[in-house]
Amino acid sequence: MGVVHKRHVTNKHRFIGFVLIGLLVYILSNTVDEWKSFQGATIAVYVVAIASIILLTGYSGQISLGHGALLAIGAYTAALTQIYLHLPVWICFVAAVLVTSLFGALLGSAAARLSGPYLAGTTLALAVGLPSIANQFSFLGGEQGISFDAGWPPLSFGEAFTQYKWFFWITSLAALIMMWWIQNLLRSRYGRTWRAVKTNEVAAELAGIHLARSKVLAFTVSAGIAGMAGALLAATINNVSPSAFPLALSFSLATGAVLSGVNTLGGVMIGAVALVAIPEIASLVADRWSGSESVASLLPDFIVSALLILTVFLAPKGPIEKFWSRHVK
Amino acid sequence: MFELINTLLIGITAGSIYSLMAISIVLVWRSTRVVNFAAGGLALASSFVGAAILEKTGSFWIALPLAMVAGAIFSAFIEYFFLRPLLKRSGDQGAEIFLPIIATLGLLGIIKTILNYIYGDRIGALPPPLPDKGFVVSGESIALSPMRLLILGIVLLLMISLTLIFQRTNLGLSLRASSFAPEISRLAGIRVDFIRTVGWAISGAAGATAGILQTTNGSGSVSPESFEFSLLLVFGFVAAVIGGIESLVGAVLGGLTLGIILAIILMYVGGSLVFIAAFLILILVLLLRPQGIIGAKGGRRA
Amino acid sequence: MLRIDNLTVDHGAIRALHGVSFNVEKGQLAAVIGANGAGKTTLLRTLSGLNKASEGQAHWNDHNILHSKPEKLVRHGITHVCEGKSVIPELTVSENLELGSLWRRNRSESAQSKREVLELFPRLGERLSQRADSLSGGERQMLALGRSIMSKPELLLLDEPSLGLAPLVIEQIFQAIRDLTTAKGLTVILVEQNAMGALKIADVGIVLNLGSIAASGSAAALKDDPAVRAAYLGF
Repeated sequence: MGVVHKRHVTNKHRFIGFVLIGLLVYILSNTVDEWKSFQGATIAVYVVAIASIILLTGYSGQISLGHGALLAIGAYTAALTQIYLHLPVWICFVAAVLVTSLFGALLGSAAARLSGPYLAGTTLALAVGLPSIANQFSFLGGEQGISFDAGWPPLSFGEAFTQYKWFFWITSLAALIMMWWIQNLLRSRYGRTWRAVKTNEVAAELAGIHLARSKVLAFTVSAGIAGMAGALLAATINNVSPSAFPLALSFSLATGAVLSGVNTLGGVMIGAVALVAIPEIASLVADRWSGSESVASLLPDFIVSALLILTVFLAPKGPIEKFWSRHVK
Repeated sequence: MFELINTLLIGITAGSIYSLMAISIVLVWRSTRVVNFAAGGLALASSFVGAAILEKTGSFWIALPLAMVAGAIFSAFIEYFFLRPLLKRSGDQGAEIFLPIIATLGLLGIIKTILNYIYGDRIGALPPPLPDKGFVVSGESIALSPMRLLILGIVLLLMISLTLIFQRTNLGLSLRASSFAPEISRLAGIRVDFIRTVGWAISGAAGATAGILQTTNGSGSVSPESFEFSLLLVFGFVAAVIGGIESLVGAVLGGLTLGIILAIILMYVGGSLVFIAAFLILILVLLLRPQGIIGAKGGRRA
Repeated sequence: MLRIDNLTVDHGAIRALHGVSFNVEKGQLAAVIGANGAGKTTLLRTLSGLNKASEGQAHWNDHNILHSKPEKLVRHGITHVCEGKSVIPELTVSENLELGSLWRRNRSESAQSKREVLELFPRLGERLSQRADSLSGGERQMLALGRSIMSKPELLLLDEPSLGLAPLVIEQIFQAIRDLTTAKGLTVILVEQNAMGALKIADVGIVLNLGSIAASGSAAALKDDPAVRAAYLGF
């Protein structure tokens, strides 16, 4: 492991950084069209979702191939809260986080004794199994799903303020707040504890860390964050149904996490942007090259899978760490 | 009464196919300590080969063995060109243990998209070679049909062959030794790397058989987006874990158990809950008996 | 004959062997003794292909043996019995033995080897179909040695065969090693913490300290050398 040159970055610096990003988003939101607003909102969703995986896998060392299912829980909770309890949107978000956290706690206690492939397979089974429950119970809306309305922008924002821009704002704001909170958490003693357990369980236990508790906590928090991502997704697409959470979603998120560099939060934008940008780029490339429809629809998946493999081979710790260590050497 | 017997028959048939997939996964796990998620994709590719051969020759009895050979070759190819360099790198950089697993996921994606590209909307037809109308017993048609018997027969034959190979041949001894203790085996002169490739090849053949049988037992046609193959992969994995991922006998028992329980749920509860039931079974087994049905204690940590 | 020239081996940042050089004649039993961490195990592992050397050379019968895979070296007659874990517990005694001769083509020769091993260690013959994890420590060591013989070794590398064994058993094992060396004309490198026992049966001795050779010579001379006695033999 090469020596990484750590600049002296304080919390104040980081706060300013976040504010700047917020400003950037604000400016962007005013200059881009509807479609890009939608994409921006999607990126925000992915940022939160990938962050949840980085916390669980990169920091706490527990692999999950089933985060799509957690997003589904968050999304359905938000929608159900709105439909049956008629609560304001923000409360629905909170409900999503809480319910998914609870589920995460349950899942985590089961998973605490598992590792590696067992955990991977268990979460995989969850990702495949959970969304289809919606077909069994009618109040979950079946295949068509149920709708979630994130509301309209306040009239005071003016006529030109479209709904998609509103989604972009909500998701970005939520994402920023979440990321601020997450990175604080990862820097706190909780984050350090998770890292310690991941690096060497025996040593951590000897140092007085309660292994199971730490792991379950990581799962709980990660699930809560994923629940938020799910709720944000529901807000963006206005509807939650099983088809929004296929197995491919969990795989995409895992890929996004690997592309970002699973070990650190810093690169999370890379993965999120990649997940949204790749289909765009792929269809452009396909149009230019072959004009064949099948290539156009297949290219994104192919590129994502290929990128995943390349990243694992060439930059297993993520492109950012690779860049740093090259730079410093 | 008949319903119960029918359910059991359906469950055992499906379960035996899951067992094959589970065997495929266990073989790779034991020799390489990696869960090969791409196994589902390999089974898919092999099934397409089987369908193509069936189209050319019109004979299922030629198509199946050749598809198994194809599966073996694909699998060995992946082990040699993909996994070996990957493991070497993971070893060097001390990277995360789950990375090979994720890499096999990426491989699965690539296989799927390539198959999609080649076959597109076309599907491969694998109709059952034997009639699958149930025999008539006391005036009622039961779920046991010649096709079902064939499936059970093929699976049984494969299990017996594998057991004989593993327990009674030198190759089998090398396979077992290399997976238990690769370093000691090297020092005894065994070409562990080659043996590992052989293990993967056998795994590929088992997966191919599972894929083809699953198709003939199900929709009769294979397409790149077949849900059946995701199903096969997940259930095969669950079966492997339930059985104690270290043993082939466990894989068989795990598969049968899973098949029967799922058939019961399908019959008496509802189709959409089948997946979540598999998940719950998995969690329950891992909680109550983490080493699986057959596994020995203390071997759960990868 | 075994020729080692300036052998240097690193474990990451730590240098385990510093330019070690020595020769062992064919048919000799060389005892390699020294404290923990002296590099004895590293030496054997490098000779058998498990570890990579950073510098230096090693030749067995004029054949360069560095940077080869272990399984290849076995076919050249180099067999290494690791410390402590040389037996596969999940396999039976018989299977463990056969493991050693799997690479050999000649079935009848392998069968002959097995008969020899069972003659040397009759206890193994009584337990042929039992799993190896049901054996006692001494029996496991016999099994490990037996398996090494099944590989038709010319150069035998033994890593602490006496570890964890009762004194009486240690005597048996050492005697067996000595008898084997003489009877089969083997060249043996015996790494041991039990310095006295090793030097007693050896022809030559090498003392390793922190990765370098501290002393070497005939085993008898080393045994009587007061400096060696004080440092390694405890009296």
